[in-house]
Amino acid sequence: MNVLDFMQKNADRCWLLTWEHIWIVAFSVFLATLIAVPIGIAITRNEQVAKRVINTANILMTIPSIALFGIMLPILSLIGHGLGKVPAVIALVLYSQLPIIRNTYIAIKNVPPELVDAGRGLGMSNWRRLKEVEIPLAIPVIIAGLRTAAVMSIGIAAIAAYIGAGGLGVFIQQGIARVYEEMIIAGAILVAFLAIFVDAGMAILENLVTPKGVKIARKLGQ
Amino acid sequence: MIRYEGVTKIFGSGGEAVTALDNVTFDIEKGQVVTFLGPSGCGKTTLLRLTNRLITLTRGTITINERDIMSVGQVKLRQSMGYAIQAIGLFPNKTIYGNIATVPHLLGWDEKRIRERVDELLLMLRLEPDVFRNRYPAELSGGQQQRVGVARCLAANPEILLMDEPFGAIDPINREEIQNEFLRVQGKLKKTIAFVTHDIHEAIKMGDKIAIFQDGRLIQYDTPEIILTRPQNKYIADFVGADRALKVLGLLRAEEAMNRKPKNVLQASIDAREALEFLEENGFQQAIVIQQGKPVGYVTSKLLKYENTEVKNIVEPFPTYVGMYDTLRDVMSYMLMHDMRVLCVIDGNGDFAGTISLDNIQKCILDIYAEDTE
Repeated sequence: MNVLDFMQKNADRCWLLTWEHIWIVAFSVFLATLIAVPIGIAITRNEQVAKRVINTANILMTIPSIALFGIMLPILSLIGHGLGKVPAVIALVLYSQLPIIRNTYIAIKNVPPELVDAGRGLGMSNWRRLKEVEIPLAIPVIIAGLRTAAVMSIGIAAIAAYIGAGGLGVFIQQGIARVYEEMIIAGAILVAFLAIFVDAGMAILENLVTPKGVKIARKLGQ
Repeated sequence: MIRYEGVTKIFGSGGEAVTALDNVTFDIEKGQVVTFLGPSGCGKTTLLRLTNRLITLTRGTITINERDIMSVGQVKLRQSMGYAIQAIGLFPNKTIYGNIATVPHLLGWDEKRIRERVDELLLMLRLEPDVFRNRYPAELSGGQQQRVGVARCLAANPEILLMDEPFGAIDPINREEIQNEFLRVQGKLKKTIAFVTHDIHEAIKMGDKIAIFQDGRLIQYDTPEIILTRPQNKYIADFVGADRALKVLGLLRAEEAMNRKPKNVLQASIDAREALEFLEENGFQQAIVIQQGKPVGYVTSKLLKYENTEVKNIVEPFPTYVGMYDTLRDVMSYMLMHDMRVLCVIDGNGDFAGTISLDNIQKCILDIYAEDTE
């Protein structure tokens, strides 16, 4: 297996690029969460706005990543960041909006109305109700949105190597340029493994954040 | 005390405006349960939700202990009242403890005080604290959840409770039980309660007074007895049902109809011949036999004839005794079951308190109806 040989010989570089890849994705998803979760919660108060926001996020998602990098290049060049990690992170943050906003919105909307009514009637402020009832019940679905965003971002980050963002896409890009098959396959395998690994990790996280009472209810089929 | 004055609620505006409540005025006295009764869409739930500002008044005022509800912040206002709903709405992510502690937590009670309060409430509603405290709502039956819902609304010991069909989600047998439990608790706590229901039986059973609504208007506000015997119009008469005279029986207690000083009473030590004489002289069909203040049974002339002993040796025991607080409905049922025209009423100690007959019951009902015409 020449691919394994390649990885062994270039172990240091494999690790470095993997870490770089993880770092880009983690940072982007983290930023995206800070933006998208509050948006997702805020739009539950107004159906009209919700529709527009989700449609916009949907359109963002349809732009091919290469095109998006192309659009951002002249704009970001103005501040000297046309290439590199900045446009990559911005693109990932934008792409992550849809799954996170949509899941947050749906999750909060799906909190049974009688719980909202009981919370209000007992004198919980909106903020308190969000914190104690709505978010705890919504969090597994919100995490599922992050999971989708993270896995998708791992794939898109590989393409960002073309604008000099680094990460495992570098192997693929350079391998193609040099017609170096082992290098391409090594890059592809590492990206795929990373995606599978992150997906599994997020699945575990999803389970961890599910409130115990909700798990019991599910088990009892209620 | 809750005072509603000219309360009006209009949903929507312009051509689509719907008047949900139209100029409703009445008081709920301190310590009383008032049931809001009517078909769905009559405005009863709207009135309840206006009371804690879950929806906002269009016109009129609601005051609680002389204080306009609009002058209190809505979150504060709601924390000061208990709130229980048909869907119960227990938070599935919180334990029973966490659910009951909701309002005390909001009010910032210290943990020790909350712990004591939760245990006290669980005991009051007959749920063993050590068993239930740390369970989750999903692990409880519907009836148990409903009890927790009631405990949660009582948690911070509010003076006023707002309850929207709080026992609506459980089966009839458990409902009966939790209603009785609730009346027992209310007997001790004496809360001021607005209780929405569409069930006439529940309204009669739970309410000190009943407020009947139709199309957003309050059409009668009276005690259950008066509503059953003197419905203000055909709508109410239909709503309370053709059997409303029978429903009155479920409201009245034996003590209200019984004969406290019956003449046909004999001491157990008396001789049978003397007893027979007593019956014949007074033209009684039968006589109650009493020994040391407690009834032992009855004798008839047929039983006494040809006997030559103390009556206590030939007395026929009653198949059942009536308690002072048994409803007339139960009393009638005993009479029909045991084929007896007269039954003996006993007090809490088992001492003889009087007798009750079909005639007594009939007279009692007639008296109530007679008040109509006054």
